[in-house]
Amino acid sequence: MSALGAAAAAEWVKVRTVRSTAVMLAAFAVVGVGLGWVVAGSFAASEREQDPLAAGFFSLLLGQMLLITFAVQFVGSEFSTGTIRVSLAAVPSRGRFYAAKMIVTGLVVAAAAVVVEVATFVVAQSRLGADAARFGEWETIEALLGGWAHLTLLSLFAAGVAVMLRSMVVTLSVLLPVLFLSSQGLGNLDAIRPVAQYLPDQVGMVVMHLTVPGDPQFGRDYGPWEGIGILVLWTAASLLGGWVALRRRDA
Amino acid sequence: MIEVNHLTKRYRGGTAVDDLSFRVEPGRVTGFLGPNGAGKSTTIRMILGLDRPTAGSALVGGRRYAELKRPLTVVGALAEASDVHPGRRVRDHLLWLARSNGLGRQRVAAVLDETGLAGAAGKAARTLSLGMRQRLGIAAALLGDPGVLILDEPVNGLDPEGVIWIRNLAKRLAGEGRTVLVSSHLMSEMALTASHLVVIGRGRLLADLPTDEFVSAHSGANLEEAFMRLTSDSVEYRAGGSR
Repeated sequence: MSALGAAAAAEWVKVRTVRSTAVMLAAFAVVGVGLGWVVAGSFAASEREQDPLAAGFFSLLLGQMLLITFAVQFVGSEFSTGTIRVSLAAVPSRGRFYAAKMIVTGLVVAAAAVVVEVATFVVAQSRLGADAARFGEWETIEALLGGWAHLTLLSLFAAGVAVMLRSMVVTLSVLLPVLFLSSQGLGNLDAIRPVAQYLPDQVGMVVMHLTVPGDPQFGRDYGPWEGIGILVLWTAASLLGGWVALRRRDA
Repeated sequence: MIEVNHLTKRYRGGTAVDDLSFRVEPGRVTGFLGPNGAGKSTTIRMILGLDRPTAGSALVGGRRYAELKRPLTVVGALAEASDVHPGRRVRDHLLWLARSNGLGRQRVAAVLDETGLAGAAGKAARTLSLGMRQRLGIAAALLGDPGVLILDEPVNGLDPEGVIWIRNLAKRLAGEGRTVLVSSHLMSEMALTASHLVVIGRGRLLADLPTDEFVSAHSGANLEEAFMRLTSDSVEYRAGGSR
């Protein structure tokens, strides 16, 4: 096995041998699917003229916090438990350790995201009856693909931040309010929207039909795939920052 | 063999290790002695590639630690007992370490047996006593059957039985021809375990000699007192404020 493969195999053992992984991912699934069912029900009752695609994603807005928490917890626990010293003694190449950590984080998040997103979408659309979004249409496929990319990239962005800050608690207390407030409130205030709309969580919302270009309150100045492009840049910057921080500092 | 050449570590606040050079030979237990804060742990972290030296180098078997492809098969290090995820089971902690260096499950089973942890393999690390956690650290160090072992303060907080276990283990590993470096701030413990001593204070080398020589030079005297005298100029903080 290649050295990177061995390092990734070690990370895979790490991620599946702590209870927090199953707990956080299960919570993500419960909030995504459960709340999705509830929200779609209220859509069905009162707001049938709304975009049916939005009904399939609304609960993921909340659920993504749990997915992000998983990613931050998996990466941050290396620092909070001191395991980082054992990890780097076992895998002295910091680039290799970092790559292995992020590959495994990314794969687990991507797998969880695709399962929960599709399940949420199916459950939510099933409540909309005749108004449900059609699966075969490109708009639906595009929204699902974009939502998957959004969830995966945003979690990796958070994981990179966790390495830079070397702490799970600090990272969550910085990221959750920013991501939560900006998507629920700040991003919609006229005064700061020109800037806040480019925050990493905001851009993915466009592709999930949670913010629509041109909408007076929730509108953004870019389209769905431009949004994903911006999120890719955020994620790349965060991963690069994490790598530089890990490479330079003493363990 | 471990070679430390002009190793130096400066922080913004001062110098932890100051132009330190010594060699650790195979086939014997070398005690790495110094008062608390003398720079022992910093030196060990630099040997393991965890801290970056300001100057100088540390080589294990002629190579820098960071260059080792499968370091656990070359060097086994006992980390701080707390450096384990508290929620992970004993067996799983050893398993990820084994995987990281391409080692199989049979090595995990072997070190569990060797350290008397087989019965605790399914326990979460947080439920282990300090003595058991120290055994887990030793098990991790032995995982790759390495020729070099570095044990940083292995007897800290252990009960007498644990102390004797570590002492005998260190001697047995050296007897098998391995290089064994054991750090401690207790002269009395090192006098019983180590056949060679490297003594440092304030990051500088104070003595590098066989334990016999140290003992005979201070025959009749209390060894701990002799050690205190040797390191007295290099102790930064002394209780009571008087000498």
